[in-house]
Amino acid sequence: MSHPIYIALIPLIPLACFFVLGLFGRKYFTNSAGIIGTLGLLSSTLLSLVTAYEYFFVSGKVNAIYQKIEVVKYTWLEFSPGISIDMGILIDPITVMMLVVVSFVSLMVHLFSLGYMKGETRFATYYAFLGLFTFSMLGLVLSSNIFQIYLFWELGGVSSFLLIGFYFEKPSAVAASKKAFIVTRFADLGFLIGILVLSFYSHTLDFGVLIERLTTTNSPFLIAINAASFLGVSALTWGLLLVFIGGAGKSAMFPLHIWLPDAMEGPTPVSALIHAATMVVAGVFLVARLFPVFALSNPDALQIVMYTGAFSAFFAAVIACTQTDIKRVLAYSTMSQIGYMMFALGVSKYHGEDGLGYMGSMFHLFTHAFFKSLLFLGAGAVIHLVHSNEMKDMGGLRKLMPITHISFLVACLAIAGIPPFSGFFSKEEILMASFESNKLVYAIALLTSGLTAFYMFRLYFSIFWSKEADTHYAHHGEGTWSMKIPLILLAILAIVAGFAPISSLITADGNPIHSSIPFTFSILPVSLAIAGILLATRLFKTSNELPQRIAIQLGGIYNAAYHKFYIDEVYLFVTKKVLFNLVGKPAAWFDKNIVDGFMNLLAKLTTSLSELIKGFQSGKVQDYALYFFGGIAGLIIAFLYLWK
Amino acid sequence: MSEIPLTHILFLSTVLFFIGIYGLFTRRNMITMLMSIELMLNSVNINFVAFNKYLYPEKIDGIFFSIFVITIAAAEAAVAIAIIINLYRSHHSIDVEDATEMKY
Repeated sequence: MSHPIYIALIPLIPLACFFVLGLFGRKYFTNSAGIIGTLGLLSSTLLSLVTAYEYFFVSGKVNAIYQKIEVVKYTWLEFSPGISIDMGILIDPITVMMLVVVSFVSLMVHLFSLGYMKGETRFATYYAFLGLFTFSMLGLVLSSNIFQIYLFWELGGVSSFLLIGFYFEKPSAVAASKKAFIVTRFADLGFLIGILVLSFYSHTLDFGVLIERLTTTNSPFLIAINAASFLGVSALTWGLLLVFIGGAGKSAMFPLHIWLPDAMEGPTPVSALIHAATMVVAGVFLVARLFPVFALSNPDALQIVMYTGAFSAFFAAVIACTQTDIKRVLAYSTMSQIGYMMFALGVSKYHGEDGLGYMGSMFHLFTHAFFKSLLFLGAGAVIHLVHSNEMKDMGGLRKLMPITHISFLVACLAIAGIPPFSGFFSKEEILMASFESNKLVYAIALLTSGLTAFYMFRLYFSIFWSKEADTHYAHHGEGTWSMKIPLILLAILAIVAGFAPISSLITADGNPIHSSIPFTFSILPVSLAIAGILLATRLFKTSNELPQRIAIQLGGIYNAAYHKFYIDEVYLFVTKKVLFNLVGKPAAWFDKNIVDGFMNLLAKLTTSLSELIKGFQSGKVQDYALYFFGGIAGLIIAFLYLWK
Repeated sequence: MSEIPLTHILFLSTVLFFIGIYGLFTRRNMITMLMSIELMLNSVNINFVAFNKYLYPEKIDGIFFSIFVITIAAAEAAVAIAIIINLYRSHHSIDVEDATEMKY
């Protein structure tokens, strides 16, 4: 990589947009803010594509293996020799892929927002926040230091907070942004402790060195971290699990997923960018970044990643079948798909053909980014027309919005895993990997893929078919071209992204995998998906009583799923009843009575003492003169008689 | 002509000094207080000159110091009168009892 400057520019251009629009936007760029942000992102995207081309096809390979290349390294804060927080740029296959995905999806969202957010009073602020988010996400994927990634990680959390609470006059949006921030912050505490544990034993914060020290057999660092243990679990497992907790919080894995559905209070393009395609996969990215340590040194932690991912995937899919808010359906579907990526990492191994899961996970991340952001943007276009998030206000929109309809259908087919759409290819890799390593996870994955097809087509039919559209939408039109172009572009990608040669580009150890999924293996998942689609067609294509009846038949299970299995209520119980009463109230009592009491006592003592002596300060000049002469007389007496 | 003894002069200066102190503490009029301070300063001057003449007639240190004191007294009078004028402008009075706001 001979020109590191332009790689550094990729995140810096959105940062510049953030500063310009954030500081001067509301005054000088009220209308042009969108154009400025979009053009900035366009240049970032082009630079990312150039970087990807350079890396994959020109200079990334050494001896047919893709290398980790540290392009820039600037030592920023040095604690002790070897342990320092650096600002660096690390280029490897997943970084390059994420660069392309993040900048491209962000560009699409910038473009879509031109129409969607038109006329908002805080239009420029919105674009400034988008710029900040894009900067932090791009910085995150480029980080070469585990502490640097933590900084960008938090910055992503902040911009997510700002964007979820963008409509801050709505109390629900404020509550949602607070919830998202607190839950992810709580998880990030785990991440921070994990970083400290790992760096304490490996004496470094640098990714390359850390991975090397913790994967080399018989290295003194690896022996030390395995020897140290807490509660019968080795320090390495603890470190990796704590780091994974941070990733699980960001990626909305069970049981830290509760913020994601509420985060849908933000503007829909934001949901497409942050809560579908980019920020929520940061957790997957983090596990992938540390994957060599997970896979080579500590398979136990990887098992937990696998089961968390598999459970989240299934759990979210069940909830998604019952939700009526279209954005919430998509939010749970996101959680489910990220669960796929997680367990794909979990079933994977490091070397060669066994690294299929890793490759599948990254492949799925790649394709999911396109079709999921497409789904969200499509939902945004629908919400823009209908001014409601509820399914019951929609129906029959296919004639009113043909482009949205077709692109949404493409995305639904892609996520359901119907060939030849992109989701099919990535999902097959994941299913294959889990089939080879863990049959239980394979079964869950299969079931989930059937459910996915069912709830996505439930969504699709409820929006676009089901009943005749209200005629008063007809004059409104589908939206501006700036909203349609991203839909078309993303739909094309949702079709063709599956043909990207990911298997030869992005693998755990850098060696290309020649994966060949036998035709017969695909029959079962695809037929399950088709069954799901057919069931959804039967139930939701025309509005009828059947779904209602089935819901009543299922009774308790349906209700539990509809109420998201009462996870929110459990959290509320734990925080409000248990934590507030048992910890918060005694602490408050101690603070009010003991700490404040001590301070008040000091203040009272001072007051009463000053009451006694304040008469001296009478304000009369002659009194002061008297004290003065009295003092002198006293001193003279003292010197003459006492001190001789 | 017999010389006036030193003790007489010291007695005079002591009396002058205590008249000054008495005036400073009892008068409420600031001009009078200023005059009392001048009395005290001048009693010191008398001491300087008298000691110079009776004890070290060949030297001029005492006279020298008394000239210093006169200079300081002039400056002090200027500052004090400026303060009094300002006080009069704000309080319409030059009575120290009327200016006791600066207290606890």
